[in-house]
Amino acid sequence: MTLALQPARRRHRAFSVPLLLFIGSAALYLCAALWTQSLNQLSAEGIVGLLQRTVALGTVALGQTLVILCASIDLSVGSMISVGAVLASFIMRGAPAMMVPAVLVVLLVAAGVGAINGLVIAKLKVSPLIATLGSGLILQGVLSSGFNNFAGSVPPAFQAVAYGAIGPLPWSVLGLGLLALGVSWLLRSTRFGAHLYAVGGNAAGARLAGIRTDRVIVQAHTLCSLFAGLTGLYLASRLRSGAPWVGRDGVYDLESIAVVVIGGTMLAGGRGGVWGTIAGVLLFAVIDASFNMLGVPAFPKQVIRGAIVIAAVAVYSLRNKGHVA
Amino acid sequence: MKRIVLRCSAAALAVGLATGAGAQEFNSQKDFDYAQELLKMTPQGPEGKPWEQNLGGKQIDTSKYKKPGPYNICFSNAGVDNPWRVVGWTDMQAQADMLKSDIKSFTAADAEGKDDKQISDINSFVSSGKCDALIVSPNTTAALTPAVEAACKKLPVLVFDRGVQTDCPVTFVNPIGGYGWGITTANFIVSKLPKGGKVLGLRILPGVDVLENRWAAADRIFKANNINVVGAEFTGGDNAKTKTIVEDYINRFGKIDAIWMDAGATAVAAVEAFEDAGQPYPIITGEDQEDFLTKWKKEKLTAFAPTYPTYQWRAPVIAAVKILKGEPVVGPTWKLPQPVVTQETLDQYVDPNMPPLHYAMCGCKDMPGYPQRWGGK
Amino acid sequence: MTIALPDTALHRRAGSLTRHINSGVVIFLVLFAAVALKQPSYIEPAGFMNFLRRAAPLGVLAAGQVFVLVSGGFDLSVGSLITLSVLGASMITGGDPSLTGAAIAALYGIGVAVGLINGIAVAFLKVPSIIATLGTLLSVNGVAMMWSGGSPRGYLPDNFRAFGRFVFRDVPLVGQLPLSVIVLAIVAVLAWWGLHGTVFGRRVFAVGDNPRAAELAGIRVDLTRISAFVISALSAVTAGIMLGGFGGVSTDVGQGLELQAIAACVIGGAQLMGGRGSITGVVFGALSLFALFTLLNLLGLPQALRDTAQGLILISAVASGAYRQRTGG
Repeated sequence: MTLALQPARRRHRAFSVPLLLFIGSAALYLCAALWTQSLNQLSAEGIVGLLQRTVALGTVALGQTLVILCASIDLSVGSMISVGAVLASFIMRGAPAMMVPAVLVVLLVAAGVGAINGLVIAKLKVSPLIATLGSGLILQGVLSSGFNNFAGSVPPAFQAVAYGAIGPLPWSVLGLGLLALGVSWLLRSTRFGAHLYAVGGNAAGARLAGIRTDRVIVQAHTLCSLFAGLTGLYLASRLRSGAPWVGRDGVYDLESIAVVVIGGTMLAGGRGGVWGTIAGVLLFAVIDASFNMLGVPAFPKQVIRGAIVIAAVAVYSLRNKGHVA
Repeated sequence: MKRIVLRCSAAALAVGLATGAGAQEFNSQKDFDYAQELLKMTPQGPEGKPWEQNLGGKQIDTSKYKKPGPYNICFSNAGVDNPWRVVGWTDMQAQADMLKSDIKSFTAADAEGKDDKQISDINSFVSSGKCDALIVSPNTTAALTPAVEAACKKLPVLVFDRGVQTDCPVTFVNPIGGYGWGITTANFIVSKLPKGGKVLGLRILPGVDVLENRWAAADRIFKANNINVVGAEFTGGDNAKTKTIVEDYINRFGKIDAIWMDAGATAVAAVEAFEDAGQPYPIITGEDQEDFLTKWKKEKLTAFAPTYPTYQWRAPVIAAVKILKGEPVVGPTWKLPQPVVTQETLDQYVDPNMPPLHYAMCGCKDMPGYPQRWGGK
Repeated sequence: MTIALPDTALHRRAGSLTRHINSGVVIFLVLFAAVALKQPSYIEPAGFMNFLRRAAPLGVLAAGQVFVLVSGGFDLSVGSLITLSVLGASMITGGDPSLTGAAIAALYGIGVAVGLINGIAVAFLKVPSIIATLGTLLSVNGVAMMWSGGSPRGYLPDNFRAFGRFVFRDVPLVGQLPLSVIVLAIVAVLAWWGLHGTVFGRRVFAVGDNPRAAELAGIRVDLTRISAFVISALSAVTAGIMLGGFGGVSTDVGQGLELQAIAACVIGGAQLMGGRGSITGVVFGALSLFALFTLLNLLGLPQALRDTAQGLILISAVASGAYRQRTGG
């Protein structure tokens, strides 16, 4: 929907949006902590608590970044997260021996769902919004007809995923950092990354250049669902069990799209990156944490958050001369 | 290909369901019997203040938590996403105002119905070092347990409404609960239903423990009395859907004699479906919401309103202050009485000046700011 | 993304009148036949009117949403706007029937404001509509909750509720005629005229087909987009009045309706990202969706599988549409 700008500006913007967001988020958090004299929130423990808020949304948003970069979108991640969380705890049923099989099954199912999403979009030419809205509904329906509450539980060893730490740093936060580095490397240094940008920027051109665009789309969706599956595993660990509503109640589908776009990745595809997304996730976590400190009630908070979403995206889209719909 | 995948996964999940993904835990004979027992007890405690009363509870010593006041009390709320929680939350804030001389600050964090956020909220309260006591209204029972356990190690914790799977909190406040609801409502319908009458059960959604217990208890009694329950449908708490379902049932069965509900939010919509279809009013059990009570009085319904009293939001605030003063409180579980509204007591609770979705059993009439603070006139 | 020449666009639009009316209508007829087989009372006039009455709000919502879809955007804020309408009506009237007129006027005012905010965010601030309306979805719901304190403060008066509840009895031919069915008919005719019978409608198609070309042809893309959002918001307020009338006060009437409205449009042959869609199609799309829900209820399937069936029908409707388009069918 947007006219492509000169490639030279891509690097510049990919750098500035995340930095701006990081600074803004840090400033908001700092001000809230100082204003309310919650100095403990600036201690290592407080900061770690803040980072812990980014793990679930951050993981799913990394996957969402990949599909949005290739001009697609995934609305099924919320349901996929629920499926992952429920399958994990249902298969484990508290038995440490079942940890590895459960994780493998979840990742396998996630990859399968992602591949189907990608195939429906690439081969059947169904608009990604409808394809993934539909597959999300299908997943949710199948899941909810089989389970209606927390199913099974994860063994204490698996709870370490969410509750364990190296020194002050939780493994889950470290894991998110490593995943982000991995995706960043994938985008910058691999052929897949280059193809992803090419397909998102101009699918017809990419095809003419000999890129198998269908395969890129299927791969991106497979990765995206895998990240949603990982988020499900993390939530199962953190909540000690999985319930068929954990993804839906977290609003991970729309929130992940929002943070990706806030982070400067274009919905139309082809431009953006990982660090913007991470900065967007951090902004959401900071909003949660600072509004708690400031005692902002739930309803005004909703209004403000909605306004922040629009304003954050408007700030840099305004420079855009093309049409947006 | 897709269909095959779907079928396989559906089959796999169905197997999971068949092997019992935890359905039985909602229907326990022990809890059912315990609720029967509680319903027969006489509450102890100050007359006319059910939020300070208890059923068969023991006082526990809290002197180890004693510290000089005034206190900072923190509250991790699951959410305010329905009118019941809105009324309760208003009760709680008013209660904190009433204890102003003992409470220096009352800080709340709203988890917006997300377990993950509530865990973080509790953690940041604990690490803030600014809370003398922590009150938790858990979003779900299982998920919040580790966070509550961690909090217990640092400060006195009080839990109310839904519980947690640990006994580390100083006290867990809640009314008799789901089984009590199911027992009283089903007994009412059994006592009023004409022979062979048809009963339709309307439930909000599956999987919520309190709601599952309500249905489990009612279903037991219906089965024991050979009541013809023609269906139990989920309404999602949506008025339009409730009306649609009831209309469909009236169409299909010609006549429905009684409506049993696991929550009263859509009771008036259910009654209106009978009006719109030109049918006589059914026997109905709703809840203590003003719109239902008003309709009941106006149309002279054969009705009954169990309650899950919102006054329970007052108790933990009172208890938190007592604990910090080192005074004994009821624990580790504190069962509040769970009154019902009947034809005889209806007039006590109907108040046309209160908003339609206000809960009459709020115990808030003596509180500062009543009725405006609760949206009344 | 398509580079459409003017005459192909015209051809496509003309084609849409024959081909796409059919897809929505055909799906509806199939589903409704199944409903009637299972429960014959639905085919009687009273049963059919009752069905229409329940489906009417979704039909109205889809008829508004399709303007935004055809123009190339999405409107996710309609669900929250419905909630705001019902809560707002309860706050303004407080059960007083003499305030119904004022309340309805105020609600439409609010609708215009929300539509303008959406439109301006998209057209001038260049925020993609899915994000802009996600923002307003959150904010509008928050405003509704702040205004009412989380729960409606007053009853809805009977004359307000008539829009969802009142039924004309003893009408020739059909027996009974619900007021909401008349509202749906009026909205559908107005929307049909607006989209298919006016210059504005042609502009909406042109903008959705290719905004760059539309701009070069002298069309004010920004104003066209803003108008589409305002129309969608107005239809949401109308649907809110009907739903509040049907069901009475509650706090979450609108939840999830935005996706149902978009699904109804898609089943009715509207194309996401713009350029294609028809009022007849989307109204029948809404009826199809409702017939599907009814059918699943009648079949006694678990509630959850209703989602699954909705997902399957969505994907297959769009996949078959895309297939026919590719093969020129």
